[in-house]
Amino acid sequence: MRRVAGPLALFAALAVAVVVAPAFLSDFQAQEAAYVAVYAVALIGLNVLTGYTGQISLGHGAFMAVGGYTTAILMVDHGVRDVWTIPVAAVVAGAAGYLFGLPALRLSGLYLALATFAIAVATPSVIRKFEGFTGGESGKNLFGLPQLTAGTTPVHVLGRQLNYNNWLYYLCWTVAFVVYVVGWLMLRGRTGRALRAVRDSETAALSSGVSLARYKTLAFGVSAAYAGVAGSLYTIANASIYPDTFPVQLSIFLLVGVVVSGLGSLAGLVAGAVFIEFLPIWAQDISKSQGAPSVIYGAILIAVMFVLPTGVAGMARRVATFARGRYDRRAPGTD
Amino acid sequence: MGSPMLGTMGSPVSDFLQQVVSGLASGGIYASLALALVLIHRATGVINFAQGEMATFSTYLLWTLTANHGWPYWPAVGFTLAVSFVGGFGVYEMVIRPVEKGSVLRVVIVTIGLLLLFNGLTTWIWGGSQQSLHSPFPTRTIDVGGVAISVLDLGTIGVSIGVVIVLWLFFQFTKVGLAMRAAATNPAESRLVGVRVSSMLGLGWGLAAVLGAIAGALAAPSLASLDPNLMQATLIYAFAAAVLGGIDSPAGAVVGGLLLGVGLNLLGVYVGFIGADLRLPAALAVILVVLLVRPGGIFRRRVVSRV
Repeated sequence: MRRVAGPLALFAALAVAVVVAPAFLSDFQAQEAAYVAVYAVALIGLNVLTGYTGQISLGHGAFMAVGGYTTAILMVDHGVRDVWTIPVAAVVAGAAGYLFGLPALRLSGLYLALATFAIAVATPSVIRKFEGFTGGESGKNLFGLPQLTAGTTPVHVLGRQLNYNNWLYYLCWTVAFVVYVVGWLMLRGRTGRALRAVRDSETAALSSGVSLARYKTLAFGVSAAYAGVAGSLYTIANASIYPDTFPVQLSIFLLVGVVVSGLGSLAGLVAGAVFIEFLPIWAQDISKSQGAPSVIYGAILIAVMFVLPTGVAGMARRVATFARGRYDRRAPGTD
Repeated sequence: MGSPMLGTMGSPVSDFLQQVVSGLASGGIYASLALALVLIHRATGVINFAQGEMATFSTYLLWTLTANHGWPYWPAVGFTLAVSFVGGFGVYEMVIRPVEKGSVLRVVIVTIGLLLLFNGLTTWIWGGSQQSLHSPFPTRTIDVGGVAISVLDLGTIGVSIGVVIVLWLFFQFTKVGLAMRAAATNPAESRLVGVRVSSMLGLGWGLAAVLGAIAGALAAPSLASLDPNLMQATLIYAFAAAVLGGIDSPAGAVVGGLLLGVGLNLLGVYVGFIGADLRLPAALAVILVVLLVRPGGIFRRRVVSRV
């Protein structure tokens, strides 16, 4: 019970903070905070793959693009309301991830990183190629569509009137909490144990009767479904999508985010998401150059690997353990 | 890659040969970068995701020396290669060696950090706009038995082949080359016979950076534009070439690079559906198919891992 109480209290505190925050946020800040939730969703998904099964993906931007285009095409070409496209995006991206997971099964760490990196680099040109379907270079514009909730007139939810940015904020954070709870329920029992077993030793997992094929592809599918949801939310929040909306840099930033978060806790993942959303803005204070955020991301990524291989959350846990004065079980690390 | 539209008036056979030659030219560039990847993989057991961005950085250095500081071309090349060598060595000593003992994943993440770092630095220092790099080879064509071949393509092929030969001679016939091979194959025993393993691995990183710089200098003129993402696609082609030839085989990297260059060029020209847009996805398909069907590449070496 003690092991659940702490995280539960943190979860509740975070939930309360998220609900009351818009009262203190400007319109613009509410939108930024919505993007934090979007990245958090993607990171929760990437964490299933990297944190639980130890598979590294440099291509999650591609699955975000699948989700984003599913939403855009459904809204623009089929008149579907934005919120209903989110579960469809999850299914389509999840299926794409599952299909990719089948060959990926046979690739070990290094080669999987390579193959997923190639996917991230190749995706924009595939999107451009199928112009009739994706709108090619000019992409899809959702702005002003009646299917875009609160896009033109405020929306009433639970007796409150929400403008566009506040609506986006609540939509993204609600989805983030829902998918986090879904993930937690899915990973706390047998499945989570099996996935961690795969990460720690494939041989040992196999001899304990864990089907590597089943769990690795499952992790890929689930993780891609989360990325699809994130891509869908991003497209709704951005009200448009282009071939370069999800560039290879984003895929790498997601990996940075999940590594910084220390692979595991919700607080860590939200910290990672804050990092992805705000670092480019903070970087502008140091230099106006477009290159500055990448330099800082790169330096931080290397520094994290040097000093805290278990990320920020790992460090917090170690400090807590030190305070309690007893030896903690090792945090789920990157190695 | 240089000039796919050249000579469209010729006969089908000479058209085909022209495409093969221009495919060989891009293949030579892929092969140079693939060699760099193989060199590092053999030495350190990781794939250096930053190889392309390091090459782009070197290429920008060459560009700024010739375009902004009035250096003649060849001294600028020499200086750039020297800086690249020292840079590659320094990168190994400063950021790779400290994490090398950990898991492969940790080293890979560090190289991804380097990718971001070098990409950002290039943009930060030289801006994001496109530049053109001077080439010592003119773009005019010469007639070889009815086939019009661009001098630029021939020069690119010549330099790539020259690089491969020099590298081969270095590894086969010099003491340092032998020590480097020993350090990569069996670090523990090499140390026992007095090889300074970490210096050898550092040398490997330095040489790889030099190869990357050469690939960048060759790629920039034939792509007719130099921008901070110059080598991003080339890195994927080089990955594909290295995987095709077997990630531990230098000969394989060269053959893989040339095969891929010619193959992709012919696919792009003769298969309308692929065109210019689907070349990258085609390279991705090569990576996946080879890894799944024949993970050791064409030049297979059996790797047995104990459980």
